[in-house]
Amino acid sequence: MSDINDIVSSAEVSRDAAALVLDGVTKVFNPGTINEKIALSDLSLTIRDGEFVTVIGGNGAGKSTMLNAIAGVFKPDGGKIIIGGVDVTKRSEYKRAKYLGRVFQDPLLGTASNMMIEENLAIAYRRGKPRGLKWGLTKKDRELFREQLAYFDLGLENRLSAKVGLLSGGQRQAITLIMATLNKPKLLLLDEHTAALDPKTAKKVLSLTDKIVEENNLTTLMITHNMSDAIKHGNRLIMMNEGRIVYDVKGEEKKNLTVKDLLEKFENSSIELSDKMLLS
Amino acid sequence: MLAFINSLPGAVAQGLIWGLMAIGVYITYKVLDIADLTVDGSICTGAVVFSVALIAGVPAPVAMIFAFLAGVAAGFVTGIFHTLLGIPAILSGILTQLILWSVNLKVLGKANVAIPSRTFSVIITQLNIPVSLLVLAGFTAVIALVLYWFFGTELGCSIRATGNNQNMSRAQGINTSFIKVLGLMLSNGIVALSGALLCQYQGFTDINMGRGAIVIGLAAVIIGGAIVSKLSRNFLVQLLSCSIGGIVYYVVYQLVIALGFDTDLLKMLSAVVVAVFLSIPYFKKTYFSKVKLNKNAENDDVELKENDETIAEEVKENE
Repeated sequence: MSDINDIVSSAEVSRDAAALVLDGVTKVFNPGTINEKIALSDLSLTIRDGEFVTVIGGNGAGKSTMLNAIAGVFKPDGGKIIIGGVDVTKRSEYKRAKYLGRVFQDPLLGTASNMMIEENLAIAYRRGKPRGLKWGLTKKDRELFREQLAYFDLGLENRLSAKVGLLSGGQRQAITLIMATLNKPKLLLLDEHTAALDPKTAKKVLSLTDKIVEENNLTTLMITHNMSDAIKHGNRLIMMNEGRIVYDVKGEEKKNLTVKDLLEKFENSSIELSDKMLLS
Repeated sequence: MLAFINSLPGAVAQGLIWGLMAIGVYITYKVLDIADLTVDGSICTGAVVFSVALIAGVPAPVAMIFAFLAGVAAGFVTGIFHTLLGIPAILSGILTQLILWSVNLKVLGKANVAIPSRTFSVIITQLNIPVSLLVLAGFTAVIALVLYWFFGTELGCSIRATGNNQNMSRAQGINTSFIKVLGLMLSNGIVALSGALLCQYQGFTDINMGRGAIVIGLAAVIIGGAIVSKLSRNFLVQLLSCSIGGIVYYVVYQLVIALGFDTDLLKMLSAVVVAVFLSIPYFKKTYFSKVKLNKNAENDDVELKENDETIAEEVKENE
């Protein structure tokens, strides 16, 4: 914990180099009622450019809440959110989209099912740019999309004009991933993006994720409930509990981590594990 | 039977006018996925603004632009109710509709006003149906082409995306509230334009002329959609299908009258037809998908088994 606090207090100097700074972010749901839930409790975190951070934690640990706070789905009750040196705490969700690529747990959420693959990509390609009366999908766009899809070997490069609704969950997640990164984001947010997929497809989408992140040198925040995935992927791992970070490891130490170590950490900090996590 | 055949050109003309109105409904109902009830008021607003301007000496084409702008303003009010004030879309539409009732009455000054084609130079009239048909067809074609272009632009694409998936749209940086207001404005502008055409065609404006308009508009959208659904998914064809739906609606309407059906009951009949068509997707899903559900359940089992196996594998790996 002390490490993290040091990073945050020295953040004033290094904020330009940081892709993300969360500074004492707090969020309470249903305040003043019996359902009151402190989802984020004075949460501080600094992610440097190029870091690929995996996030684990039990149910209700605040993982998704943290991601949603970063994305601007709701405004935090306190604290600051700084993306790439810009304080976005008060900006609405659509305005922050300029800096963020997002993939959701539900494959249906990331794409418009009644629109064609190429139309979805075209909308994502214009993320963060003003949308006017120029043609929404040009020949040049189409070429680029075809190249991208062919490069990532999804077998979709000849189905550009197919409705996204016709695709499988895995294909939709792959498209969403490409949509999130077509315009290089300051930060890529992955919210258990393989949890709704069957294991085989999940593996494929994860390796696609690695490929895209590596090639674009993306700063990434990936939530997963799968401890071995959290160890296997990325170069930093954080564990959350009760709305704060309880464990933060990177570099060699992270590489040498085992699921057993993580389970011990969980036990030591008396975190209630969900069945989902124990099983995976 | 002869009476019916004689009434056909008129039915087509009316169908085209309401088809234009249905294109407005299509934008909210199909593209934006909002059921907007403002249209009952804004079609009348279009007629009222047009009539008052025409009587004041404004040339008909300019008066139609005024009508369009009045509709745009009506859509703006509904949009603000819905997005800025957080009122559910249906209720927002009903509120604006009620506001428009008072506004229409105040602007018109009385319950109805005649604008006979003998006194005023209008662009269509039921006294000259062939010319009216030509004008209406041209009008529909131009509006459909402009909309086809617009929905292909970046802005138009954002409207379609917002109607399809708001979550994705916001994640891609689209201001969904602004887009909804914009869509409602465009839709009601077109609806008001059809109101301006309707009052010219029938030669008068009546404060009640919008009552139940949404049902006719929906009927045209649904009928038209059913007719072309197998032919093409092209957006232009979808837009024009609204006019086809409007024409079919009015031809059937005339047929029902020719068959001696009590005209007092026609609105009820329209509503029942629309209710039946609207319920079809739900019926299909609820009562005809048993087999499919079972299949899914089996798949889940298989997936679970696979899941267990991979878990076992992973445990081994980790040990």
